[in-house]
Amino acid sequence: MNHLRRLESQSIYILREAYKHFDNLAMLWSIGKDSTVLLWLARKAFFGHVPFPLIHIDTSYKIPAMIEYRDRLVQEWRLNLVVGQNKAALAAGMNHTMGRVVCCTALKTDGLKQVVAEKGYTGIILGVRADEEGTRAKERYFSPRDKNSEWDFRDQPPELWDQFKTTFPEGTHLRIHPLLDWTEINIWEYIRLEHIPFIDLYLDRGDGTRYRSLGCAPCTFPIKSTAKTVDDIIEELRHTTISERAGRAQDEGRGMELLRKDGYM
Amino acid sequence: MGKEQKSVEAPKEHLNIVIVGHVDHGKSTLLGRLYADTGSLPEGKLEKVQAICRQQGKEFEYAFLFDAFLEEQEQGITIDTARTFFSWQDRQYIIIDAPGHKEFLKNMICGAARAEAALLVIDALEGVREQSKKHGYLLSMLGVKQVAVVVNKMDLVGYRQDLFEAIEKEYREFLTQLKVIPERVVPVSAKSGDNIVTRSPRLDWYRGPTVLETLAQFTKETARTDKPLRFPVQDVYKFDARRIITGRLTSGRLKVGDRLVFSPSNKTANVKSLEGFNVEPPATEAQAGESIGITLDEQIFIERGELASHHQDLPLVSTAFRVNLFWLGRRPLECGKKYQLRLSTKEVDCEVAAIHRIVNAADLGDRQSQAVVGRNEVAELTLRTKTPLAFDLYSSFENTGRFVLVDEYDISGGGIVMELVHDEQEFLRDEARRRDFAWVKGEVGAEQRAQHYGHRAAVVLFTGAAHTGKSFLARNLEALLVAEGRHAYLLEGENLRRGLDADLTESDAMEIIRRYGEVARLLIDTGLIVVSTTKTFGLPHHQVSQAIRTLVHPAPVLTVHMSKTEEAPPPNTDLHFFGPKDFDAAAQHILDALKRRGVLAEAIGAKPTFQYSI
Repeated sequence: MNHLRRLESQSIYILREAYKHFDNLAMLWSIGKDSTVLLWLARKAFFGHVPFPLIHIDTSYKIPAMIEYRDRLVQEWRLNLVVGQNKAALAAGMNHTMGRVVCCTALKTDGLKQVVAEKGYTGIILGVRADEEGTRAKERYFSPRDKNSEWDFRDQPPELWDQFKTTFPEGTHLRIHPLLDWTEINIWEYIRLEHIPFIDLYLDRGDGTRYRSLGCAPCTFPIKSTAKTVDDIIEELRHTTISERAGRAQDEGRGMELLRKDGYM
Repeated sequence: MGKEQKSVEAPKEHLNIVIVGHVDHGKSTLLGRLYADTGSLPEGKLEKVQAICRQQGKEFEYAFLFDAFLEEQEQGITIDTARTFFSWQDRQYIIIDAPGHKEFLKNMICGAARAEAALLVIDALEGVREQSKKHGYLLSMLGVKQVAVVVNKMDLVGYRQDLFEAIEKEYREFLTQLKVIPERVVPVSAKSGDNIVTRSPRLDWYRGPTVLETLAQFTKETARTDKPLRFPVQDVYKFDARRIITGRLTSGRLKVGDRLVFSPSNKTANVKSLEGFNVEPPATEAQAGESIGITLDEQIFIERGELASHHQDLPLVSTAFRVNLFWLGRRPLECGKKYQLRLSTKEVDCEVAAIHRIVNAADLGDRQSQAVVGRNEVAELTLRTKTPLAFDLYSSFENTGRFVLVDEYDISGGGIVMELVHDEQEFLRDEARRRDFAWVKGEVGAEQRAQHYGHRAAVVLFTGAAHTGKSFLARNLEALLVAEGRHAYLLEGENLRRGLDADLTESDAMEIIRRYGEVARLLIDTGLIVVSTTKTFGLPHHQVSQAIRTLVHPAPVLTVHMSKTEEAPPPNTDLHFFGPKDFDAAAQHILDALKRRGVLAEAIGAKPTFQYSI
C-alpha cells in the first residue's frame, strides 16, 4: 500500500466508526479542498452514498464561485445540504472590520453552534489537518466539546490504537477529524489520484495568483503563483517555505488558539 | 520551475516517530532545533515566535515553536502531543512530541501508541529519572520496537565523554531487562545544535550518527501481510441491494472466493465480491491495513465485533485472559467492578477477576499487592468477559492482541493480552465450534425463518431454587408467547431424563447439561423461542447457564432469576424477580426485554425491524 492508500484507509475507518456510534451525525463542508476530499472519502467509505447531512456555514462573505461550485456538487452527488447562517449577527451588520476574531466567532463559531443546537447533532465531522497550525496539531481524531462547544485541550481523552472516544454525556458533542494525518501535499496528491473535482480558485487563471486556502473574501488573500495544474501545485508545495494559512487573517497572533478553544473549527 | 528535470513526486514513505523522556529534559527543544536546522519551518515562523518572546520579555526557546498553547509557553512544559510534519530525503516524518510531565502521562501514551519508532531524551546533567524509565517501559509495552536514546544538554556537562558513557551504561542495562535494545545512544545539545543535524566538533569523541541520521536509519514497519488473516467486522451496510460487511484487515490477505470463519459465532461463508467506490476494475484481493467492504455468498447473521479469519488459522476464543495493563482513569481500577472492554471492533462487558501484581516501572519490581490499580500504574491482571471474545495473544498479532477498558464515558486504560486463561467452558466451546463448522444446512436459512415467524430464535433461561415459581412463570410465558402468535416451546430438563438421558445418573451432571444444551441448540435452529427450565443436578446456577449459553451461541440468551427473598443473582443475570409476585406482569417484563433485544418484532405481521446480513 502506498502512503495515500494508507491515509485513505485510516480516514475511512474513522468515518465508519463515526457513522456506527453517532445517531445524529453531520459533516462540515467549507467547499475548500480539504473538506471536499473528506466528502469524497465519505463516498468511498459508504460506497457512493453520503449517509449524513453536510453543513455549510455561510458567512455571506464567501467568494461567489464557491457557492456555485457547492450547489453544482449537491445536485450531481445528491447531497443533503444544511446551510447554517448567523442571521441575527448579519442583520446587526457583523463584518471583519469589527475585528477578525470577533467576526469569525460570530459568523462561523456561533453560526455552527446555532446549527448544532437546532438539529441536535452529537457528532460533527470536520476536515481539519494537524499541519495547518499549532492548535490543530494537538487535536484528537475524536475530540469532545462541552455544553458550550468549548474545547478543553488541557484534558483530552486518551486515543489508543484505533479506539476512540465514542461515548459522551448528554448535551455535549464530539468533533471528528478524519484528516488529521494528511498534509497539504497529500490532499493534492489524492485529488490527482482520484480525479476529485475541485474549485479552480486554487489554480492560476492567468493573473499569476491563486488561492492556497479558501475562506471569506475580505479575509483570504491569493498568493503569487503560476501553478495551472495539480502537478504544478504539488511541485510548488514541495519547495515552498511559506505556511499554507499565511493568507488567512484570523491566524495572526493568538487568533486561532482563542477561536478554537471557544468552539471554532 | 528550473530547466533540470524535477520529479513531481512527494515523499512516498511516511514514518511516525515519538519523542519521549522526563519533563524538562529537552524534547520540544530537540524537535524545534531539528526543524530549524533542516530549514523545515515555514517562513516567518521563527521570527513570529521570537517576536512574541520579546513582547513577553523572555528568552526565546526552540520549544516554543510547537508548544502552541499560551499555557504551555507560560509554564514552559508541553501539555499535549503535537503532530508535526517534516520531509527529509524522500521520507515524510510525522513527529509526535510527547509531554514528559507525569501528570500528562496519558498524552504521552497516546502519542507513543501511534509511533513506529521513538527518540528517548535524557538530560546529561540530571541523568536517568523516573519518567525516563517509565517511558522506556511503556514503549516496550506499546510495541514500539525501534528506540534511540538521545543524551541532551551535553553543553551543561562540558561535553564530557565519561558522563555520557555512565548514562549510556545505566540506561542500556535498564532497557535490556525490557528486552529493548536501543539502536543508538547519541550525545547532543539541542539548545546549541550539537549533533542534531550537523556533527559537532565539541563532541569529536563520538563517531555515531547525528539525530537526523538516526531518524533516517529507522526502518519502516514491515507489512503484516504475510501473517494469517484477521478481519474484524466494523459494520454491516445495506444502502442498496447489496449487504456489505465492512472493516479493516489487521493482518494477512483476503481474496474473492475465500472461505471465511467468523469468531466467536463460528459462522462461515465465502467471499463473493470486494466492493468499492471509484475502483475500476473491482478489486479481487485485499491486504493488511486496507479498509474494505465485502459481500458473502450466503445469508448469515453477522454483526460488528466478529473476527473473520481463514479456517486453518483461527483466533483464540475465551471469556478469560491474562493481560498487562496501564491505567489512566480518574478513579482507580477495582477488582469485581464492571468495565467495557474494546478489542478491535468488539465491545463487551468485563470485570477484573484478579490483580496479580502492580509493576513499579522505575525498578521493574513488585509493589505490595493491592486491591486497586491507581492512575498511571501498570499492572498484571486477569480479565473475565460477559460473553466469549475472539482475540489473539499480543506476541503473535499486535492489533487483535490489545484492548482498552472504558470506565463510564472514558477510555481509562489499555493493555495487551499475555495468555489465554482456560475457562470451564473450553471443551464445550470446542465442541460447538467443530459441530458448527460441519453443520449440514437445509435450504431454509435463519433469516427466512425469522421473516416468516416474526421473531428470531432465542433462549429464555430460568434459574433459581426450587419453589420460587420459575416453572409457573415459564409456563405462563410460553402460553403468552403462543397466544401472541409467536413460536415458543417449553424445554423442561426433566423430560429429557427418561429418554435421551436414560443411560445417565444424576452424578453425570455435566453430561446431562451438555445434552440439554445440544437439544436447545437444535430447537434454536428450527427458529423457536426456547423457554428453558432445568434442574442443576448439584452444579452452580452460573455454571449451568454458562454451559447452555456456550452451546447455543450465538443465539441470544435472556437469563431470568427467581428467588423467594432479595438475594444477589448469579453473574450475567438479565432479569431478577423475588418475593411474592405478579406473574402476568413478570411475563410482560420478559416480553419487553425480548423486544428490546430485537428478538421479537413489535407486531405480528409487520416486517421485522431487526437487521439480517448476508
